[in-house]
Amino acid sequence: MAATISVLYFAWLRERMGCSEETVAPPSSVTTVAELIAWLAERDAAHAAAFKNRKSVRCAVNQEFADLATVLRDGDEVAFFPPVTGG
Amino acid sequence: MARISVQTEDFDVAGEIARLTAGRTDIGGIGCFIGIVRDDKSASQDHAIRALTLEHYPAMTSRAVGRITDEAERRWGLLGCTVIHRVGRMLPGENIVLVLTAAAHRQSALDATAFLIDWLKTKAPFWKREESPDGDATWVEAREADTEAAARWSSSDPDEMT
Repeated sequence: MAATISVLYFAWLRERMGCSEETVAPPSSVTTVAELIAWLAERDAAHAAAFKNRKSVRCAVNQEFADLATVLRDGDEVAFFPPVTGG
Repeated sequence: MARISVQTEDFDVAGEIARLTAGRTDIGGIGCFIGIVRDDKSASQDHAIRALTLEHYPAMTSRAVGRITDEAERRWGLLGCTVIHRVGRMLPGENIVLVLTAAAHRQSALDATAFLIDWLKTKAPFWKREESPDGDATWVEAREADTEAAARWSSSDPDEMT
């Protein structure tokens, strides 16, 4: 992909990461949300902790709910968070 | 066009109903749901929670709620609709969320209200964190029952539901 992606974290993912937002430039082999997660989780202990329980991680791409197969493009905003609990 | 607000301050239910019905004579009923912070008392302690904090995804929230109100307006032909969701820290007894629907007849208003709150719980980017009396904070886990409640509306047309 060779692109720049804004990554946002909410709820316990934000707490485990220790930050709410970062800009990353993954290698061109990263083309989907699933590949981005796998790449992020390898970065350091904080990322590994945030993505440890992947079944509990949901995501949105450009403010729309997305799934693991969603294809990423340069400049996308990708948010990771637990299942929602509003209302 | 629904009135949608995500705000820290409380809402005025009577004022919101008046706003929804102002100048209209075609509305036959208003559906209303108010979500309140509940202090779940257990056997072991007087208070299960001290406070509830709602976090959200500001850039996405209004659009996600708008999708849900659009769907309700389309399915039930609503004459008006209001969703106000509070964020930030709230104490037991405080209001969290208001859903109002205006329709010609009661069934549409009541069904649309139930639909809206079911989908708000499962399809809008809000997260609840509970504070216990001793100050520990834990993120509320999504409940299977909420997912099932939302799933009963999954048919694209209410007339197609079996």
